[in-house]
Order: sequence, then structure tokens, then C-alpha cells
Amino acid sequence: MSTLTAAAIEAPKIEYGELAPMLLVFGAAIIGVLVEAFTPRYLRKSIQMPITILSMVGALALTIWQGAQGVRNAAAMGAVAVDGPSLFIWGAILLLAIVSVLLINDDDQFVAQAAAVPGSAEEDQAISEGGAHTEIYPLVLFAVGGMMLFPASNDLLIMFVALEVMSLPLYLLCGLARRRRLLSQEAAMKYFLLGAFSSAFFLYGTALLYGFAGSVDLSAIDKALATVGGQDTLLYMGAATLGVGLLFKIGAAPFQAWKPDVYQGSPTPITALMASGTLIAAFGALLRVFWVALGNLDTQWTPVLWGVAILTMIVGAVLAITQTDIKRMLAYSSIAHTGFLLTAVVATGKEAQNVNALSGILFYLVTYGFATVGAFAVVTMIRDAGGEAGHLSRWAGLGKRSPALAGIFALFLLAFAGIPLTSGFFGKYAVFAPAVAAGGVGLVIVGVVTSAMAAFFYVRVIVLMFFSDPAPEGPTIALPSMGTAAVVTLAAAATVVLGVFPQPVLDLAHSAAQSLFVR
Amino acid sequence: MPWLSILMGVPVVGALAVAAVPKGSDKLAKQLTLGVSLVVLVLTLAMAAQFDRSGARYQFSEVHDWIPSFGVHYAVAVDGIALVLIALAVVLVPIVVLASWHDADRPEAKRSVKTYFALILVLEAMMIGVFAATDVFLFYVFFEAMLIPMYFMIGSYGGAQRSYAAVKFLLYSLFGGLLMLVAVIALYAIAAKGTFLQPELLGAIKDPTTQKWLFLGFFIAFAVKAPVWPFHTWLPDAAAQAPAGAAVLLVGVLDKVGTYGMLRFCLELFPDAAKFFTPLILTLSVIGIVYGAIVAIGQTDMKRLIAYTSISHFGFITMGVFAMSADAGAGATLYMVNHGFSTGALFLLAGFLINRRGSQYIADYGGVQKVAPVLAGTFLVAGLSSLSLPGLSTFVSEFLVLIGTFENYVVPAVIALSGMVLAAVYILWMYQRMMGGPVQESVKALPDLNLREKFVVAPLIALLVVFGFFPKPLLDVVNPAVHQTLTTVHAPQFTPAIPVTAEKKGAGQ
Repeated sequence: MSTLTAAAIEAPKIEYGELAPMLLVFGAAIIGVLVEAFTPRYLRKSIQMPITILSMVGALALTIWQGAQGVRNAAAMGAVAVDGPSLFIWGAILLLAIVSVLLINDDDQFVAQAAAVPGSAEEDQAISEGGAHTEIYPLVLFAVGGMMLFPASNDLLIMFVALEVMSLPLYLLCGLARRRRLLSQEAAMKYFLLGAFSSAFFLYGTALLYGFAGSVDLSAIDKALATVGGQDTLLYMGAATLGVGLLFKIGAAPFQAWKPDVYQGSPTPITALMASGTLIAAFGALLRVFWVALGNLDTQWTPVLWGVAILTMIVGAVLAITQTDIKRMLAYSSIAHTGFLLTAVVATGKEAQNVNALSGILFYLVTYGFATVGAFAVVTMIRDAGGEAGHLSRWAGLGKRSPALAGIFALFLLAFAGIPLTSGFFGKYAVFAPAVAAGGVGLVIVGVVTSAMAAFFYVRVIVLMFFSDPAPEGPTIALPSMGTAAVVTLAAAATVVLGVFPQPVLDLAHSAAQSLFVR
Repeated sequence: MPWLSILMGVPVVGALAVAAVPKGSDKLAKQLTLGVSLVVLVLTLAMAAQFDRSGARYQFSEVHDWIPSFGVHYAVAVDGIALVLIALAVVLVPIVVLASWHDADRPEAKRSVKTYFALILVLEAMMIGVFAATDVFLFYVFFEAMLIPMYFMIGSYGGAQRSYAAVKFLLYSLFGGLLMLVAVIALYAIAAKGTFLQPELLGAIKDPTTQKWLFLGFFIAFAVKAPVWPFHTWLPDAAAQAPAGAAVLLVGVLDKVGTYGMLRFCLELFPDAAKFFTPLILTLSVIGIVYGAIVAIGQTDMKRLIAYTSISHFGFITMGVFAMSADAGAGATLYMVNHGFSTGALFLLAGFLINRRGSQYIADYGGVQKVAPVLAGTFLVAGLSSLSLPGLSTFVSEFLVLIGTFENYVVPAVIALSGMVLAAVYILWMYQRMMGGPVQESVKALPDLNLREKFVVAPLIALLVVFGFFPKPLLDVVNPAVHQTLTTVHAPQFTPAIPVTAEKKGAGQ
């Protein structure tokens, strides 16, 4: 009895300072929920918007400050890793999330009354009353908080919690498109079901690995690889199912099926957030699991990821060619880019090699994130009677109607295609170079062949915009709100600057990757 | 003085200025473009005057770190080969601008005129950059980036099939370029020198198998660009659909990047592999010479015909590059320059004809020499330069290539000679069908060249004639650089069986 006295339990030590960026975002999210509960409807937006932006700007400032301090630590009893890669990823996610929130601020994208049946009288009434869901802001903050925790978790259970905190708000947000609501609701449903399925895989993998290692801590699993014998079945099953859960989140083939539907159905600002933030977060988590926990098992998983990378690149590039909807095309393009990124995930080796591969991935994620947010921001501006003009044929002759906008969109497409003097070229170089150095020439050849295929469908859109005659009743170009205009300008500037002077960001990525992941 | 940076900077600034010209003042945009391109020409001549022929190989060198993490430098410099090619580009640009004066403002086109001229200036900066780059990565950046302005020039301002031709052009080049990217990355990784500077990478790859693979990566990209048979199929479409001015820059300068790349990168970086693949490449070149010429004879569209003649001429150039003798190398380099002037004149004159008659089919013309004698006469001179008539500069280069190839490889040189005969067929027969015979009804009112057009053609004809009789200035600049290239490659030099006591070689030396 006396052995169980309180003296045996120590309060866990939490480094609140190091976790402050995340705590700030989560705190703001909770305040946002309270605002929804206690303030009158007409005031909500003008309160939510500043809270959202300011909290994320504050979190970004804290992240930068920590980066400058050189914080490298496994905080909260080793459960959350606040190391170079985490800080870099936090910075990138926060920047892209701030940019996406500027797009979300555009009311016209979101449903007036989500509970009203599409096409019903209630819906008409909600629209005429000017209803709006300001819950979007706290939901976005929760999702962003989850995105920050996911790649920083140093423990499989925390990672699972983060996965859910990130995903659940996104499931909801996907279903809130103002127009083509059935498509949006279908997207949300599909995303939820498939996401739940993949979460189950993730959890099952966690349980199996716990069975193998006796711990859910990533570094403990790593240690167990060397000491535990005779449990290989548990290990391989666990690694495989965990891998399925993570590959689903990055949208690698054969787990990519959700991406086109969800990207197409979601409100475009949410698509922008998912295409940039979620991808970055999921890659961070994938790297941490495979490099930290299963780092010494790489001879086993490298061939599998080789196959996955090749399949992902081919599926993304081939299926994108057949698309006629701009958002679906960008979704398949995102799948192809996931494949390009995976070429560097398997490029492991000595420490210097790992640093190069990691910094390449980090740099690529930033370049791709900005270009993709910019591209979706342009998509929100091309509209016709039924909302956004998604069908590619509607984009014909846009270059004559609005040369500046079409020119900027062409810039993003050229960046996706990896043409020199755009950010995408150095991104591709940054991941392909370590892949070649690690002996993945075959993988890189597949990468460049699929890049050439991918260039075909990017170029096709440019042909449509610039070389075709405008459709007689072509779409209108919405006058951009301040936010949207700022997003497009920023993304275009980032694409050009990172394509000409990538060195500062490369240095940043390199110094973030220098210490690799804390264990 | 950072000459080369200034040469690139002036057109870029000029392009921005042209793009900023307010709507409606197209004439100002054109004048501005012409002015900028003339300034670049003057600056280039001033730079060339200071080039020391007996000095260091690379001159006007500038090296700055660009992306230290990747070992990439902003490194530019010129040797004789690069210098004459830059000169070719900057001479052609003002001529093309003047020739394209009304190309972009056809009323049915509804295209932005100033954009076309701004694109020409952007392209000019990139053409200078690609020949001046001494950093492999920087070269690659220009090599790929210059596709984009050309893509828009063909796609936005070309003929009826323009978007098909533009996409085909871009995808072929991009595909070759991406294979080269793999080779560029592998070169960096395997050489492990931490730098992309070409002079430092010389001899860095020792393993013969590695050399062969990397060589292929570079060569395929250059072969698509040049284009070497069987990678040529994009060229007739692109050249036929491009506006005449863009076609001149495409065939006259952009394609030379391919043959220049073979000389500068394939040969110097991978000498053993180059020797290994020489028989194959000479075979392809000879096939290209004969195939291009025969197919050219069968063409009904004059722009396609000129494009096919270029495929034949590019066969001569690649043959000269890989024959590995001093004469052939100098001849190939000279050929690149002369072919630019000769084909440029042909394309521009064809463009004038098409503008007048509204058709690019040979059958739609007849008896033009009676109604437009100056047009027909200059067309004949340009055509004769294409078939390498002695006295015109192309003869010197073709002769040097054939002699140089004969020194090392007799059979290819003999077969290639047939290309000269076929050239006479395709050029003279085209001239006869279009310019000779009875005057066709549709060309009765065909006006002769106006003053602007005469100013376009005159310098080209003058250059062809002057360098035909006096190629020494060009050869003096080119020869040391070719010699140094062959020294890097360790090519055995030809010594005549019977020692010559008099002047060593034929024309110009």
C-alpha cells in the first residue's frame, strides 16, 4: 500500500516555451469556439478573422525566434520533437496557412447554412439572409494545429492524436462549398470514410509495433530493432500498416484515390490549405516514422517505397493527362509531385547524404506549397454562372481576356513542370540530386520521364489559355479581393524569387536538416 | 568590365521597357526593340575587338557564386567558338526585328505586338547566356529556359497549326533536356568536385562505362536540339509554323546550341566516350545529310523545304564535330555561323514571299523573277549559299568539314559529298519552279522588295560574300579554340603522307 503513495508519481515536465507556437494556435482555436458561442452573429467574422491571422502570425514569430535560438529538443517527456525539421515545417505550414486564410476570408466560397438540404427552401432563405459559417476559422486553426503536431510527434500515439486533430476539421471543411454542394458533400463523405479507414490502419500498425518494441516512442522502437529478436512478423506487419496510413495521407499510389474527388469537391481555399499544409505535415510525419523509428530497417522498406514512388509518379502523370477539370488535374499533378518527393525519401545513406535528402525535401515542399496555393487562388477567380469555371474548355482564350492573370497561372504551371528560373526547377533538382547520389538513378529516370509527361498537361493548359480563341460566353474574371490579390502576388513572387535566388531558403532548409531528427 | 553580363543585361532591360510601352504605341515598341538590339550588336563588336586571339582560351571571364549549396556558379566567359556564335546571334536579332516589323500586327491575329518583340529580346539575352556559360548547370538553365520564349513565339504568332507545332517543339526539347538533367546531376555526384564549373570538371570522369552513360544523356539532348536524324521530326513542323523571324532564330541560333553543346560538353567532358560513339554518330550524320536532302526535294511547302535542308546541313556540322580533326572542327564551327546567315536569308525571303502571296506552297508561285527581280535575285543568292557555291561563305565551311572528315574517315566523307549534289537539286529546282517559267496569274501584282526589306537582306548577302572570299577573321578566332578542344580530347592530329611545303590548307588559311 505504502509503495503506491503519491511520491512515486512525478508530474510530467512540459517545456511550454518550446511548444508555444502550437499552444498559441490551439488556444486561439478554443477562443474561436467561445466566440462562436457568445458573440452575436454579425460580429463574429470581424472577431474571428483577426484572431486567426494574429495567432498564426504570432506562432510564426515564435517559431522563427526558436529557430534563431537553435532549439533542438524532444519536449514533453520526449513526446514532441522540437528540432530543426519540425521548426522549418512549422514555419512553412504557418506561412501557407496564413496565405490560405486570406483566401478563406472570401465569403463567396462557403455555404450559407450547411444543415440546409441543397436546393431546398431553407437554403434559399439562408442565402438571402446572408448566412455564413464563421466556425470555419476555429476549424482551420484546429487543423493547422494538428498539422503542426503531426510532423513533430516523436511518439506514435501523439502522432495518431495529431492525425485526428488535423483530419477531422478538414473532413468538415471539405463539405462546406457554396456551389455544387452535393459534390462537396460527397467529397467530404469520401474523405471521411477513406480517412477513417487509413486512421484504423495507422492505429493497428501502432499497436503491432508496440507489441514488437514494448513502446510507442519512435526512438525506443529504433532501439528495439537491435535488441528484440523473434518478433519479425509483428515488426513487418506493424511497419506495413503504419506505412499504409501515412502513404494515404500524402496521397501516394495506390492510396491516392481520394485526392481528385476531395480536391475537386472542396471549397477551393480549403483545397489550397490541404494541398500545401497537409502534404507538408504528412511528409514530415512519414519521414519521422521511416527515418527515426524504422531507420535501421531501411533495407526492408526501401524497395517497397521505390515501387510506391514509381507507381505514384506514373499514376499521377498518366491520369492527369485525361482530366478535363482544372482542380482534378491539379490533384493528379499533386500526386505526381508526391512521387517526385518520395524519390528523396528513399535516398538514405550516410549522415551527409541524409541531410541533403532531407533539406531537398523541405525545400521542395516550400516551393510546391507556394506554387500550389497560388494556382488554387487563381482558380477561385475564374468564374461563371455556376461558381468556379472548373472545366478546362472554359479556360480557352483566357490569355486574351486577362493576360496578367493567365500569365501568372502559366508561371505556376511552368513551376510545376520544373522549367528553370522558376522555383519548381530547383525543387526538383534538390530532390533528384540526393536520389542520384544514393544510387537511385533508375528512380530519377522514371522521375524525369514522368516530368516530361506531366509537362504535357501543364503545357496543354497554357495552349488553351494563350493559343486558343476565347469561348463565346467565357467565364468572368472575378475582381480579386485584397486577400486574393495578395495571395496571388505573394505566390508568384515566391515562385520567381525561389527560381532565381534559392540560396537563402536552401541555406535555411540545410541548417534545419543539419541536425536531422532528434531521437 | 563585365562585358558578358552587360550583353545579357541590356536586352533584358530592353525587354522590360518594351513590355512597359503603353498599349497602342506598337511602333514605339518596335523602334525600341530595334534600338536595343543594335546597341547589343555594337557592344558585342566592341567586345570582340578586344578579344585576344593568342591570349588565354577563356576571356572576359566572370565567376560568382550563385547557389553554393549545389556548387552552381554564375560563370560566363567566351572562347573563339562561343564568341563567333554570340556574334551570329546578335547580328541576326536586329535583322529579324526589322524583318518581322509587320509580322505580329496582322489584323486577324489580335496578338499583342509588343509582347512579340519583348520575347525576341528575352531570347537574345538567353542566347548570349547559353553560349557564354562555362558552368554546366548555368548552361542547362539557359538551355531549358530559352524554350519558353520560343514556345510562345511559335504558339502565339505562328501559322494555322501553330499550337500543335509549339507543343511538339517544347515536349521534344523538354524530354531531351530532362534526360540531360539526370546526366548533369550524375556528373556532379560522380565527379564529387563540389562544383559545376566546366573547366574544373574536365577529366573528372575516368570510368569508361560511366562516361558512356553520361555522354548519352548529354548527347540525346543535343541531338534533339540540333536536330540529328532520327530526332529531327519536330523541326519541320516548328519551322514551318513559326513566323519567319522566329524560324530564323530557331534554326539559325537555337539549334546551334545543340551542336555547340556537343563540341563543348560531349567532347571535352567525356572524350573517351566520344571516341567510342564516333562511328555511330558519323553514321547518323551521314544518314541525316542524305535523308534531309532527299526529303527536301520532295517538299511542296517552302518553309518545310528549308527546314529539311537544315537537317542535311546539321548532318555536316555533327560530322565535322565528331571527325576530331582540326579542319573539321574549325569547319563545323564556321558552318554553324554561315548556316545561320544562309538559312536566315532564305527563311526571311520566304517569309516576304508568303506575306505577299499568302501561301507557302511552291506550286502557288511561278515567274516571280519577272515581276520582282530583286526578290528573286536575292533568293537565288541565298539559295546558292545553301548549296555551298564557291565564293560564298558556306562553301568554305563545307569544304573544311569534308576535308577534315576525309583525313580520318574516308567513307562517310565520300557519302556526304552526295549531299552537295542533292543540295543543287533541291535549291535550283525550287528556284526554277517559283521564280522561272511563265508568270502566274496570282503573282502578277507581286511587289518587289521595299526599302526595309532590302535593309534586311543586304547585310546577310554581304556577310555571305565577304566571308566567302575572306574567312580569315573568323578562322583566326575559331582555330585556337578548336585546337584546344581537340587537345583536351587527345585526338591524334592528321599528318599528310606527303609533307606539304607550301601553305598548309585550302581556303582561307
